[in-house]
Amino acid sequence: MDLGALFYDLFFDYTLRTVALGSAVLGIVSGALGAYAVLRKQSLLGDAMSHAALPGIAIAFLLTGSKASLVLILGAAIAGWIGTLFIMSIVRLTRIKFDSALGLVLSVFFGFGLVLLTIIQKMPNANQAGLDKFLFGQAAALLERDVITMSILGSIAIITMMVFWKEFKLLSFDPDFGATLGFPMRLLDILLTTLIVLAIVLGLQTVGVVLMSAMIVAPAAAARQWTDRLGTMVFLSSIFGALAGIVGALLSSSIQRLPTGPTIVLCISAIVIVSLFFAPRRGLVWNWIRVRRNRGRLHIEAILEDLYSLASAHDNPEHAHSIAVLRLMSSGKGGVDKSLKTLEEQGYVRSVNSDQWALTKAGVEQAQNLMKIREGNN
Amino acid sequence: MGFEQFEIQLIASVVAAACAIPGVFLVLRSMAMMSDAISHAILLGIVLAFFVIPDISSPLLIIGAALSGVLTVSLVELLNKTRLVKEDASIGLVFPVLFSIGVILIARYAWNVHLDVHAVLLGELAFAPFDRLIIFGNDIGPKSLYVMGTILIINLFFISLFYKEIKIATFDAGLAAALGFSPGLIHYGLMSLVSVTAVGAFDAVGSILVVALMIAPPAAAYLLTDNLTKMILISVVLGVISSISGFWLAIFLDANIAGAMATMAGVLFVLVFLFAPDRGIIAIARRRSHQRWEFAGKMLAIHLLNHEGTQDEERESQIQHLEENLRWKESFARRVVHYSANNGFLLVNDDRLVLTTRGREYAKESIVDN
Repeated sequence: MDLGALFYDLFFDYTLRTVALGSAVLGIVSGALGAYAVLRKQSLLGDAMSHAALPGIAIAFLLTGSKASLVLILGAAIAGWIGTLFIMSIVRLTRIKFDSALGLVLSVFFGFGLVLLTIIQKMPNANQAGLDKFLFGQAAALLERDVITMSILGSIAIITMMVFWKEFKLLSFDPDFGATLGFPMRLLDILLTTLIVLAIVLGLQTVGVVLMSAMIVAPAAAARQWTDRLGTMVFLSSIFGALAGIVGALLSSSIQRLPTGPTIVLCISAIVIVSLFFAPRRGLVWNWIRVRRNRGRLHIEAILEDLYSLASAHDNPEHAHSIAVLRLMSSGKGGVDKSLKTLEEQGYVRSVNSDQWALTKAGVEQAQNLMKIREGNN
Repeated sequence: MGFEQFEIQLIASVVAAACAIPGVFLVLRSMAMMSDAISHAILLGIVLAFFVIPDISSPLLIIGAALSGVLTVSLVELLNKTRLVKEDASIGLVFPVLFSIGVILIARYAWNVHLDVHAVLLGELAFAPFDRLIIFGNDIGPKSLYVMGTILIINLFFISLFYKEIKIATFDAGLAAALGFSPGLIHYGLMSLVSVTAVGAFDAVGSILVVALMIAPPAAAYLLTDNLTKMILISVVLGVISSISGFWLAIFLDANIAGAMATMAGVLFVLVFLFAPDRGIIAIARRRSHQRWEFAGKMLAIHLLNHEGTQDEERESQIQHLEENLRWKESFARRVVHYSANNGFLLVNDDRLVLTTRGREYAKESIVDN
């Protein structure tokens, strides 16, 4: 595919522009609010909410006969909200645990939604076609007015989030402290949950109910790897969400038989994988390098101390010793030669002849320092 | 009732029973969402296995696809072990990826064959009786009945064989480990059962109903009993009732059968949630209100006993005085007095309260009790 032409179309082709804008809005909103869901260990609540939204969409259509996105989004939001309420009440009133309540509400609401969808499909009304795009999303079907609705609702969600920035921060990290400061934590909890529901239902048309939860969890999980600050995390998460949304939606509208929801999910998952491996400090690769470096450093220090303790048995601390003894002292583990080379480069040891090594003056000092530090630690 | 309808209900009941058995342990071990993850992720396994063996009810395909369920569990645990994401997030990260790959593969390469995205979610229970198992030229029944029957027997066999091991591991993981039962082995064993069941049920009822049948009946049963064996039995019965009533609901509404079954499973749960004898919310509300009156009655009896024979008795035993002394609203105070009088703890004499002998005993007992 010609990238230049794609970029040209991105700005001047109606469908492509609409799709890209809509997916960007979806990514920004779900990324930003998903950060809170992930931090509050509510990742799977998003899954339940998005599945629970399905009957809402069907009922909204049955009641109004309209497929305007505002109507359907409101229906979805109300159903998602009721589902969340059910989950909370089941957990609060019975001994059934959170995960079972999630699974229960998710599957029952979704099943009920499917019943309604099949009923709608059999209605003698030509208008019903296309409701099932809510299962896996269909970016290409987005209209300009859908994008406008999404943008308005999305802006409301983001602005509310910024207005209540410090309150939501408190809620996510230390709700008890917030309560002692006199903030109405329950109300804030309800408000934040409502915003998350809103973020989810905004994406249903594009990503679909089955996979929308990934758009809540994945951008936030990726962003979490790059930073320890909430502000940066929310910002990065929105960027990742928007990026995955745009790339995925464009791929799916330009390649035939590539469903939108799954494509966007694969894009965001790729970002997650890259983040898990390469994010500085937390990433797996950096962690691996750090472990190796530490192991090497510890080994070098051990050799230095071994040489020193051997030399202490003689009057001369710079007395040379055979490499075989050092190998024996490091209990048969390899790498003695390599560590000695490094020490030689640092000027702490010198080779007397091919397999005899001795400490230099600097080496003696360094070994004494190390032992002092160790004693200090004990 | 046609014979086909009977067969559909039979298949659905077997599916419900097969799902309920491992479901009980998922609910008890707080791993309910794992069934959601597995039932989505096995789609990929089914698609890949389908490319190799194009027969959806072949045992090899079921085993191959079940492996993808176990793979999901291991991926989730691998992700947990990095400690870079929290446990719930790692479930939420893993299964959408596998499911997405599955859906894309179906959409691109298998769109014209038996598998399609709607069948994945909805299942095709209505068509299940048309796929017959024919041995030596004899039609011996629908294939999926035999598939699910076998899986039901496997589940029963494993659960009864390792009943006490799983029981200990579920209720006291520490003890189980100390006794030498590997928690990992039990975990993966259970997850394999869940995967096999999900794959088998998938074809008939779709991925979402698998979750509904694994979670809803056991969750309801959990509110009805404290006994593990009874919980399994009740779950199976509730699952079968949801299946059969769901089938008739679907016929009545001319709607999707799997969805209607999930709906009925939910309706049954709500009924249990409301009316369960001990743990239903109506029982809880009644118990709370009963305790409220009982406690207030005790307070009143003790209050009167404390002041009996003292010079304050005249004043302290006025109904009006209770508002000041016990901070009771007058209407509430009157109802407590009414309750206590009904129970024979006191007599009302022109707005003055006098303890009966029984009331005096009651107050003394209450003090000693505490």
